[in-house]
Amino acid sequence: MITLHGKSVFGDICIGGISFYKRKERIIKRYRIDDVDQEVKRFQDAKTKGIAQLQDLYAKALHDVGEANAAIFEIHQMMLDDLDYLESVTNIITSQLVNAEYAIGVTADNFSAMFSAMDDAYMQGRAADVKDVSERLLTILDGSDSDIADSDQSNMANPYILASDDLVPSETVQLDKSKVLGFIMQKGSANSHTSILARSMGIPAIVALGDDLKSDFDGKLAIVDGFTGTVYIDPDEETLRLMKQKQAESNERKQLLKQLKGKESVTLDGRKVKIYANIGNTSDVGTVLSNDAEGIGLFRSEFLYLENNDFPTEEQQFLAYKQVAENMAGRKVIIRTLDIGADKQADYFNLDKEENPALGYRAIRICLTQPEIFKTQLRALYRAALYGNISIMFPMIISIEEIHQIKEIIKEVQNELTMNGIPFKADVETGIMIETPASALVSEDLAKEVDFFSVGTNDLTQYTLAIDRQNQKLDPFYQSHHKAILKLIKMAADSAHAEGKWIGICGELGADTSGKRY
Amino acid sequence: MKKFTYVINDELGIHARPAGLLVKESAKFTSNITLKSGDKSGDAKRIFGVMGMGIKKGNEVTVEADGADEDAAIAALEEFFKNNL
Repeated sequence: MITLHGKSVFGDICIGGISFYKRKERIIKRYRIDDVDQEVKRFQDAKTKGIAQLQDLYAKALHDVGEANAAIFEIHQMMLDDLDYLESVTNIITSQLVNAEYAIGVTADNFSAMFSAMDDAYMQGRAADVKDVSERLLTILDGSDSDIADSDQSNMANPYILASDDLVPSETVQLDKSKVLGFIMQKGSANSHTSILARSMGIPAIVALGDDLKSDFDGKLAIVDGFTGTVYIDPDEETLRLMKQKQAESNERKQLLKQLKGKESVTLDGRKVKIYANIGNTSDVGTVLSNDAEGIGLFRSEFLYLENNDFPTEEQQFLAYKQVAENMAGRKVIIRTLDIGADKQADYFNLDKEENPALGYRAIRICLTQPEIFKTQLRALYRAALYGNISIMFPMIISIEEIHQIKEIIKEVQNELTMNGIPFKADVETGIMIETPASALVSEDLAKEVDFFSVGTNDLTQYTLAIDRQNQKLDPFYQSHHKAILKLIKMAADSAHAEGKWIGICGELGADTSGKRY
Repeated sequence: MKKFTYVINDELGIHARPAGLLVKESAKFTSNITLKSGDKSGDAKRIFGVMGMGIKKGNEVTVEADGADEDAAIAALEEFFKNNL
């Protein structure tokens, strides 16, 4: 048994097999071959198998995410079947008498270099697709794809404990969360994305385990004790027994808490508060309903963008928003418009690498400078608003001028919808995130223009304290109850109430019971 | 040989998805189908060839078909460009 210690971000226990998150990295060996025909045949067999795998993936994606998103797997098939690609690989094998792996590697490099050299940022991004399909062939050739169609976590049959160095946001959104029992990470901090995800899922996670967490633990049985921040690899009988007991006790407590569900939420001093849930995908609605939240306080619309290989269409967005609005049956659903940029990236946005991404070109700043992207989303939102109780919320606001611009764009969108005879709901509640110190400081003016405020405590804390929340070294300095933050929140709350508007809070401080006394 | 010209209307130009659809459409015909834009040309049945041309919005493209079913190919592809690009 090996025992590791790290920093716990959610107190619960899970027991299961470890799956180490694999990022593609491979060294290709070059060796001389004697039988050219045999080697070409190896390549062709791998290609046939690769295309079959992609067909399966396409069928699965078609069912899960629809035709437009599934199309990428069809394009990958065409790439594998492309004559230029085939001729290049075959030619390298026959003329240089080398193995298929090497020929594929060289071809992949050449074709991806062709894309990288194009003057169009979108096409430069396609270099990754060439690498991806070539990687599929290499995996088939070395037999590591075994029987499963695609060798990543999405094909795990049983729930597992996910191990990695630290996941980036685009990786976390693609996880099938119903299969993840817990997270164990080499790096990360209490405020990194994996940690926030673990808390929102209510599953144990231990971060900052360091290099003692090794990739060869893949497949081993482990116990994650989120109460003490301990991970046991290959636990002995006694530890397993003790931990199972502790897990049973924890489950019992959860059952007791569940009985409180369905009761109105009233604070100790008798004030009524509403508890809403945050979601990052349409499939999270099930969790919201089973935990009896009174509504959805933050629907992160960027998942639609991060899961896509191209801008999601108005229709795709409309269907997603409509589905959530309908499922919530009249309960409030606050949808935040696109908050991409900084640590959440999608290739097709072609965002530049920035020195200071948290202070960079993100969220509403992208929407106001590229109004076509913004308008597509707004059209989908106003149309979907007919099917439930939708509110629209704008992120990263710093000034009243931004609100004026947004209102102008909304007016244009509504005019266009009217002109095209497309049904929509004109009277939709709109609000803003209070997540920059500037917005709290000018909240008096902002409150006159919008229907509600929602305080985003994670970013507000990061910007007010000048602390990068992804940097684990700064954890000792990260004070979520810092007086400066509480003052800003109070200022925003007073401004909202003075105008008869409501204010909500989201972020980790909202989940921290010790903070509610303010 | 038959041909037509068309100005690309799609915001993103001939990006991955329409390139894939174009290759699929072209493969239905036995004729040789060539895509020309500016000084570049490519085989419309080869996805790397089509994507490698980097055709953008506003670019004029010429589609040429040469072979037994060239009439049918040109008619179908002209329709395809109007609907997808």
